[in-house]
Amino acid sequence: MLNYLANPARFMRISGAALPWLGGASLFVLALGLVWSLLLAPPDYQQGESVRIMFIHVPAAWMALSVYLFVALASAVALVWRHPLAEIAAQAAAPIGAAFTLICLATGSLWGRPMWGTWWVWDARLTSVLVLFFLYLGYIALVNAFDDASRGARAGSLLALVGIVNLPIIKFSVDWWNTLHQPASVLRLGGPAIDVSLLIPLLVMALGFGLLFGWLLLLRMRTALNERKARALRLYGMRAADSGDGEQPLAAGLAVRRR
Amino acid sequence: MHAFAALIRHDLRLAARQGGDIGLVLGFFVLAVILFPFGIGPEPELLRRVAAGIIWVAALLAAVLSLDRLFASDYGDGGLDLIALSAMPLELAVLAKSAAHWLTTGLPLVVVSPVLALFLDLDPVALPALVLGLLIGTPAMSLIGAIAAALSLGARRPGVLLTLLVLPLYLPPLIFGTAAVEASLSAEGARAHLVLLAALALAALPLAPLAAAAALRQALD
Repeated sequence: MLNYLANPARFMRISGAALPWLGGASLFVLALGLVWSLLLAPPDYQQGESVRIMFIHVPAAWMALSVYLFVALASAVALVWRHPLAEIAAQAAAPIGAAFTLICLATGSLWGRPMWGTWWVWDARLTSVLVLFFLYLGYIALVNAFDDASRGARAGSLLALVGIVNLPIIKFSVDWWNTLHQPASVLRLGGPAIDVSLLIPLLVMALGFGLLFGWLLLLRMRTALNERKARALRLYGMRAADSGDGEQPLAAGLAVRRR
Repeated sequence: MHAFAALIRHDLRLAARQGGDIGLVLGFFVLAVILFPFGIGPEPELLRRVAAGIIWVAALLAAVLSLDRLFASDYGDGGLDLIALSAMPLELAVLAKSAAHWLTTGLPLVVVSPVLALFLDLDPVALPALVLGLLIGTPAMSLIGAIAAALSLGARRPGVLLTLLVLPLYLPPLIFGTAAVEASLSAEGARAHLVLLAALALAALPLAPLAAAAALRQALD
């Protein structure tokens, strides 16, 4: 699979065919999930209507973590096998992951105001998500900090791997430090602790977020590949004009400067 | 081993003759800590409560301040290429550079910290936990900082980038370091937190040179 997709032209063909289906599916599932979770699902017996924020918050948090894992895995593939698409995939995924993290932080803050009586607390879970956000920002800043794009890509891959080692350390250090956030209630021993009427729309939303990520990822990867192609064509065109007939003003200008 | 010692000696001699870096880092550390009583008010009660946190944060920022020169001058004058070409593995060279960095920035911070703790009226009972914590934590910060310094070599704005890269990585030492001081004031005792801090430092000892050397290699090709 990895080798099969290593050819960018083949990737463009397959992703081009998959794109409308993925986009349609993610919009449909998200619309279904939003209507279900925001209008049809019953209010929680304790949290009332505020529980509806959770239908955005929880899937966003899951995506924030999974996308970081995706970035790190793609970076490892890029470093080990020099896979041509892995770096593009990691770079395309990082801003999407940062956006999911920001959504998770913002919705959590909105939920915290009525439930905990405060917009923000320095709680373990909140703090580690904030750190995750900064890791994303560091990755994006590092990738874009070099004049030579391939330099930035390799430095970013290394940083993503350092970050994945550090992430559990940060998580445990802040866990022991201070905590208010509730423990996991969906993935835990003994089955989910939330009612089925709330669990199903939550899972639908999670699927919608996952599809949305896949769609945006392919879209961004295709854009990045097209950008590279455009740059290569422009360079090629300049070089061809330069060595050719010399009638075009651009080529003439370049020739004069070279002399 | 000879090259390892020579590299440390070289860096120490440079630091001693130029003198700027140690002065800058120490000056920043002392000034940053001294500014806090002006900012939050001179009540001893309040200062005693936040002393350990202020000292740790100021030490961390002072360490970040000195990181951009860890490899940058050798990178700029080509010395780093020679180090990479020498028979010594690049990982060992990173270890030597980090050791020299710690001796010239981390160690002076540790030495000065008791005086600053006095300024902020920290309970003398907590003093060993603070100094010991810094003594264990600052080498870890030099090692982890070497990764970020190597990654940002040749970047357009290395200073801002370095800060953004390194601060998330510095959170665990900060948390355990300040927790050790807190705990030493209660019945709990600082031991558990100091042991965790030491675990972090020991994990960074082999892992950070590996990552930093990989980053240097891609910066040099």
